Amino acid sequence: MLGIETSCDETGIGIVRGRTLLSNTIASSMDEHARYGGVVPEVAARAHLEALQPTIEAALAEAQVTLADIDAVAVTSGPGLAGALMVGVGAAKALAVSLDKPLYAVNHLVGHIAADILTGEEVEYPTVALLVSGGHTSLLLVRDLVSDVQLLGETMDDAAGEAFDKIARVLGLPYPGGPEIDRAAATGDPNAIRFPRGMSRASDMAEHRYDFSFSGLKTAVARFVEQHEATGETLSVPDVAASFREAVVDVLVTKALDACARHGVPRLLLGGGVIANKRLRDVALERAEAAGVAVRIPPLSLCTDNGAMIAALASELIMSGHPASTLAFGADSTLPVTTIQVATSS
Amino acid sequence: MILGIDTSLGTAVAVIDADGAVRAEAASADPLGHAEIIGSLLQSVLTDAAHGPIGATGAPEPVALTHVAAGMGPGPFTGLRVGIAAARAFALGRGIPVVPVRSHDAAALAVLLADPFADVPRFAVVTDARRREFAFTVYEGIDDDGLPVRITEESLVARDDIDAALAEHGAERRDTTAIPGAMVALVAARAADAGRTEDLGEPLYLRAPDVTMPGPRKKVGQ
Ligand SMILES: [Zn+2]
Repeated sequence: MLGIETSCDETGIGIVRGRTLLSNTIASSMDEHARYGGVVPEVAARAHLEALQPTIEAALAEAQVTLADIDAVAVTSGPGLAGALMVGVGAAKALAVSLDKPLYAVNHLVGHIAADILTGEEVEYPTVALLVSGGHTSLLLVRDLVSDVQLLGETMDDAAGEAFDKIARVLGLPYPGGPEIDRAAATGDPNAIRFPRGMSRASDMAEHRYDFSFSGLKTAVARFVEQHEATGETLSVPDVAASFREAVVDVLVTKALDACARHGVPRLLLGGGVIANKRLRDVALERAEAAGVAVRIPPLSLCTDNGAMIAALASELIMSGHPASTLAFGADSTLPVTTIQVATSS
Repeated sequence: MILGIDTSLGTAVAVIDADGAVRAEAASADPLGHAEIIGSLLQSVLTDAAHGPIGATGAPEPVALTHVAAGMGPGPFTGLRVGIAAARAFALGRGIPVVPVRSHDAAALAVLLADPFADVPRFAVVTDARRREFAFTVYEGIDDDGLPVRITEESLVARDDIDAALAEHGAERRDTTAIPGAMVALVAARAADAGRTEDLGEPLYLRAPDVTMPGPRKKVGQ
């Protein structure tokens, strides 16, 4: 199974045989976005078109297979950036028709959950999944990977990764913000400033118990920095970075473990590029242990957007008897997580 | 046989024989929906092409493609890329080369071949470039290799200025709303025969990516 993923700024091609990972090749256009301080959809789409063919060839070489060995093609239909997704969808359809092989069009977010299968360990369901990246921040309840994924909550404004990028700019740090904030926070005090936890007030809990919001936090940090600039007071960038990061991590982990508790699910799966943040992993592991929740974190190369997770999800669909997608689907930038596979023929 | 794909305006796909005879054609005039429809169009031309040239009723035979011709624009980027990505992936699947074709060349060839006995004066292929602009390319006649002779490069012009721009070149205006897939394939076939394929790595974007550089930080105020 060859998987094609182009939902954001990584062109990911993965090849799997059943649950065995053969290659996971990624071309990132991150450097091209650096001067804009965030992912620019048109720049990402241009980069996908240039990267697709060489990345497919590199993935085949790494897997030591040829296209003649490919039995099926998988592609991300959504959610993600429409123009970027369309490049992958166009290529995947043409490749499937060219090879005369079935095509599986799948959900990017469910792909993140499927990545865990490639670790080779037995995966248990149900599990709560927290998927955090520059493009999404979602909390899911997965009862069955190929048939029952429920959205518990998602961000109402920025994705957590975007919040890191924006605060990095406020602090005069380069893009991408995640690693830069981390570096700055290393010597800072996470409790120095009490920044707000979005969607965590009692009044939010009725309707938005599992939703996230980072815009208030962003404004609070910017205001804090401005006030110091205005009064000429010295500002500890490490303290601001650490306190901001703590606010993000706290709300992510608190809501994820709350979901585990309320649904009686003692398992939490982490996915998405922001999982690279060590503080997030540490806090999640520490608090989950205290709560009796087992945490699964796939290797980072499978957490960031990649084609292997898309191929893995399609493989699971095949193994559970799901027919291929028809050719009649497009890019769906807001594909709901309950739609695990699109254009199903039956 | 050559497969032609163009998504610079609608979505057009065709298979032609090496001598230019059209085996199969399928197109959608929808200026959107390229990603939705490209797969079905490809599948249908491959199925049709297996039966021989249009009008023939032979038993199906394998479609042995030698090239994939990719219309490289100009055209609205989002849709344009779908066809180029498809052309590249299809060619990769078959282990055959992609021949990039300027989409206006294909439109110009269609104009020039429409009536082989007509004396077509200098003309411009004019296509919608959105944002109140047209893309145009001026052509005059056909060369010994059977390719349209390009007088200007592809350019953008404000819609209100198109007639003045064409008058400057002494070119008749030929508004084009569809690029025929067969003509994309034929330009590629003739260019390949003549050893004149172009190495267009990128689509003919004509515009820089639509981005605003981050300015100084905005104040959030009190
Ligand atoms: Zn993702």
